[in-house]
Amino acid sequence: MLSQKLFVGSHAPYWHNRSSITEKNCHIMIACLPAVIFGIFQFGVPALRVVLFSVSCAMIWEFLMNLAMKRPATIGDGNAALIGLLFAMLLPAAIPWWGVVVGTLLAIIVGKQIWGGIGCNPFHPSLVALAIIMLSWKGMLDFDEALVNYDFGFAAAYPLAAVKYFGSSAVENYPLSGLLMGRQVGGIGVTFGLGLIIGGLYLIIRGFIRWEISLSFLVGIFFTALFFNYANPENYAAPMFHILSGYTLIGAFFLLTEDSSSPVNFLPMLIYGLLAGVLTVLIRNIGFFVDGVVFAVLLLNVANPLLDKIRPKAMGGEIENA
Amino acid sequence: MIKRSFFGLAKPKLKTPAVAVGRQSDIKAIPLPQKVTLLLKSDEIGEGGLLIQIGDKVRTGQRLRIGDEDRTYCISPVTGTVCSIARHTGYLGRSFRSITIEATEEDQWDQEFGTEGGTPSQDNALRFLGSLPGAPEFKNLLDPRFPIKIVVISGMDRDLLVETNRHLLRTDRGDLKQGIEVLKKIRPVGRVVLAVPSDLVAKAPQSGVEVKVMDIAYPYTLPRLMVEKILGEAVPATGKLEEAGVGFVSAEAVMALGKAFRDRVMPVEKVLTVIGKDESPTVVRVRVGTPVRDVLESLNIEAGHGDRIVFGGPMAGQAVYSLDAPVGVDTDALMIQDTTEVIPWADTHCVNCGECVRACPADVPVNMLVRFLENGLFEEAAERYDLFSCVECGLCSYVCIARIPIFQYIMLGKYECNRMNQAEESHA
Repeated sequence: MLSQKLFVGSHAPYWHNRSSITEKNCHIMIACLPAVIFGIFQFGVPALRVVLFSVSCAMIWEFLMNLAMKRPATIGDGNAALIGLLFAMLLPAAIPWWGVVVGTLLAIIVGKQIWGGIGCNPFHPSLVALAIIMLSWKGMLDFDEALVNYDFGFAAAYPLAAVKYFGSSAVENYPLSGLLMGRQVGGIGVTFGLGLIIGGLYLIIRGFIRWEISLSFLVGIFFTALFFNYANPENYAAPMFHILSGYTLIGAFFLLTEDSSSPVNFLPMLIYGLLAGVLTVLIRNIGFFVDGVVFAVLLLNVANPLLDKIRPKAMGGEIENA
Repeated sequence: MIKRSFFGLAKPKLKTPAVAVGRQSDIKAIPLPQKVTLLLKSDEIGEGGLLIQIGDKVRTGQRLRIGDEDRTYCISPVTGTVCSIARHTGYLGRSFRSITIEATEEDQWDQEFGTEGGTPSQDNALRFLGSLPGAPEFKNLLDPRFPIKIVVISGMDRDLLVETNRHLLRTDRGDLKQGIEVLKKIRPVGRVVLAVPSDLVAKAPQSGVEVKVMDIAYPYTLPRLMVEKILGEAVPATGKLEEAGVGFVSAEAVMALGKAFRDRVMPVEKVLTVIGKDESPTVVRVRVGTPVRDVLESLNIEAGHGDRIVFGGPMAGQAVYSLDAPVGVDTDALMIQDTTEVIPWADTHCVNCGECVRACPADVPVNMLVRFLENGLFEEAAERYDLFSCVECGLCSYVCIARIPIFQYIMLGKYECNRMNQAEESHA
């Protein structure tokens, strides 16, 4: 019997397009690189320290959680590293080391693992961590406070905070080209707008993220900001300012498009992006927080299962509730 | 190979290579094997058990009654002696009885069909031709209980790389025309539609049949999707096509039907495409019941340890685990896949990327469906997430980045739902 040939018996299909989660996460991390590398040049070694530490911590937490839960190690799928990288991109370069440790712990364990691991998280893990840190240690994510010791050679005030507290006249300090080319303060990986756009377009063209979500988010922001600006140009900044400042671009291409917490059908994706855009500007302009992206995305993450109920009728299916 | 639109508004599809004209002029015949095996569904065997016994002598084309009813039978593809009868479990736990016949080299043709059943009538077709090469359930098409209004004859091949039907059409010398005439006599219906790829339109008969040109792109070669295109609307997802008034039959079966009544001999041969490890197809003609081993040996194809042997094509075929597995009337292709090409499935969760939803030709919410199926909630899956709308193309598994065996879960769900329904009916 031992010399008998054994054949692989499994279910169809016998071909696969060879895509994998590891591949996808690696591509998303590659797409992050232009913005991250720019951030490291801008903020120096402290930024590099935060990025490396965050990615490592996230992977360690994931591995420890795997051990604790007696599950196979999942750090190989790259998801923990991606969560760590995205979390670092949102942070100011001068964040204390324990902020990164606690943040990645929250991201990996509270944001992802307690729900059941990859694919089960209802929110974007990095944003869960960021939101908790934002509410718990107010000063830690205040970019003006965190980056006070830097000398950049351009208006070194966080643009969104400036606009919020000084009205739209503050926008004059931030030419759009400057915002696009990274002449602003902010998180390590969010200041270089052009880099984020290049990364995002790469992901869209390669099919790793959906254009519907990114585009509708930017459209939502543009038109809501336009409306505010039209109603009261003195208090509210112009739409393009909102698109190029704060977490908008990283939100559009990297946060909102996270698989597990975003819808998959066409119309729901558009609604999801659009509402997140509207909510972002509402929070920025009349809400309490300086930047609205974090809470707008988290709120729409909650709405995702409901939105995804809008779907086409399946072939040959009966009409529901008929 | 997969073609998808950038904006995701059109459904992705896989292009299947058109049959290379003239590369293989004729169909290679595989010599008569020493043993053939027939698989009979256990539920067709009557109360009294199998009517065939070890040691029975059979002739080629002989009708072997297997159950109490006159309509349950199989056709012996060879002349010889029944040498073993065994139980066998097949795909989805279906229980089979296998009858192995030791064949003699000379064929002695059974005369029953030639003398009694030679005129084309519904009764004769049901008595002798309840299953045909390429149409194992041909009797459904003839069943008067089904209100059949349209018969679709498919000149297309279901799966990728398979070219059985297309090759037969290309080399056809009038069998199809004859078959369509017989089909119309034995089951008069309003419309007979022949679905062919554009390069084979010239092979369609000039009259008596409506010709529809089809795009050779998977999954649009599957019965339900072809019927949807021809009728302009989808048939109800639950139930057979025949219940919705649509007969679906392959060109191979129709050609076998025509030939049977013209030459007054039972069809005992099956044409199949053998797909080698390099994905090159060879079209061969074998006796029904020939073991895979004989087919591979005569083509000098080596199947080694860890390879995969598939009945059918790469997307929707069924893997077999033994070289003794016999070619059946429904085996359109035989694929050998090298062990290095075998991609294992994973037990990762669904990450909700939505690739399957965009790939599904039947608009099934696969991302939700698979969550229910993974957790054994089959009834909910059927009621709320359109389990039975699935046309069984396998594209969801093909594109899954988490490598979840979605297609397998779907088939399991359908099987379990059917089992529950049957149990309820029998206890009602």
